Amino acid sequence: MSQPDLIIHDEKDNVGVVVIETTKKGQDCSAWIMENDKTVKVSSMNEVPLGHKIALQDLKEGDTILKYGHDIGKVVKPIKKGEHVHVHNVKTKKW
Amino acid sequence: MEIPKSFLGYKRENGRAGTRNHVIILPVDDISNACAEAVANNIKGTIALPHSYGRLQFGADLELHFRTMIGTGKNPNVAAVIVIGIEPKWTKRIVDEIAKTGKPVEGFHIERTGDIGTIMKASKKAQEFSQWASEKQREECPLSDLWISVKCGESDTTSGLASNPTVGNLMEKLEPFGVHLCFGETSELTGAEKVCAARGATPEAKDKFMKTWNAYNDFILKEATDDLSESQPTAGNIAGGLTTIEEKAFGNFQKIGNLKFIDVLEPAEEPKKGKGLYFMDTSSAAAECVTLQAAGGFNIHLFPTGQGNIIGNPIEPVVKLTANPLTAKLMKEHVDCDVSKILSREMNLSQAGDELIKTMLRVANGRLTCAEALGHREFVMTKLYRSA
Repeated sequence: MSQPDLIIHDEKDNVGVVVIETTKKGQDCSAWIMENDKTVKVSSMNEVPLGHKIALQDLKEGDTILKYGHDIGKVVKPIKKGEHVHVHNVKTKKW
Repeated sequence: MEIPKSFLGYKRENGRAGTRNHVIILPVDDISNACAEAVANNIKGTIALPHSYGRLQFGADLELHFRTMIGTGKNPNVAAVIVIGIEPKWTKRIVDEIAKTGKPVEGFHIERTGDIGTIMKASKKAQEFSQWASEKQREECPLSDLWISVKCGESDTTSGLASNPTVGNLMEKLEPFGVHLCFGETSELTGAEKVCAARGATPEAKDKFMKTWNAYNDFILKEATDDLSESQPTAGNIAGGLTTIEEKAFGNFQKIGNLKFIDVLEPAEEPKKGKGLYFMDTSSAAAECVTLQAAGGFNIHLFPTGQGNIIGNPIEPVVKLTANPLTAKLMKEHVDCDVSKILSREMNLSQAGDELIKTMLRVANGRLTCAEALGHREFVMTKLYRSA
């Protein structure tokens, strides 16, 4: 098995986590889904560092981010597939 | 891997076993720290546990103070205890409870004697205890004598991906051996609270968990000027890629694997329902949480970190693991177990769990943790509200 660029926890997730030091702009990333051992491809729109998330699909304001197959927050700015997902475009639904 | 059935520990008078053999000098209150530290300085083989509280506390906050003091003294990693307080009454209450374990314990109060006289008397007793404890030998103890607590810190997404699930894998493998297990961090289950409650082994455990979490959440809503976005997730968490408290919570929750918890403990409460997994109501601040778990009687701690938390505890060895390859490289002196190869798929979760079991058993048998070698002794009392 080759080293993945991204790891996705659950098949339902719409984000994957970068597990290499950083992705390059336009890099064609292989993303390994832990739950079912499948691999999917996604092109990274930005340089995204280790541990940060990349969107696996286009997302609009108000959409829910799914990770571990669970709701981890809401989209507050439209996100394109392959874009960096973090505090600038996603917020908690708590508090 | 075949899991070893035993480890080498110190058998105690009450039937428990320790992974360490400390003689502690325990101040009852903040103003007795100087005395306790002087005694520990005089007598080699002892350690003082200074802290900031113990005066004019009342109600549940005072009870928690006593529970933490008493539980720390009772912990099987402690061979003998010197208790020093300003007044006789509270000092005696702590001594009497620790004495129930059968271990040597003696109390001293400073009022009407002063620091110097107290230091002299307590030092004589501490010397006796230190030399007595130094003759204790490690003996073969069943794995079930391990009481393992867990807490993660400076988490990032690698924690939820790999280091926390490694701890979960260890729990799944060791639970059948009859160990006690404990997780906590009430605030850091926010977002995953319903999923966590569903892991209660009984309706009572589920209900008790939701009550505990709700009480905490009500307190946050009442006290917060804004919300917790400034501290949960922390700046370190955000740098590591964690975006929301929910994301952090689901990552945190990976530490218990597929286990169910049998009971919910008050902070620093000793479990009473036998072997298995317990949830303890604790702060998510690392030193406070581990101090409470050690006071609950846990004798070895597993601490997954992402960005590199460096915490240790004076009586409970803290075994640190990370799956973040940068942390493993840049903060090598703090990492007892490197599981970063999970991310590159050069190691699977079960192999990582085995590595952690091996590391933990070496520490249980006496190997110093990174935190112990580096002198980390964070002993931090949890305070519920202001003093009178």
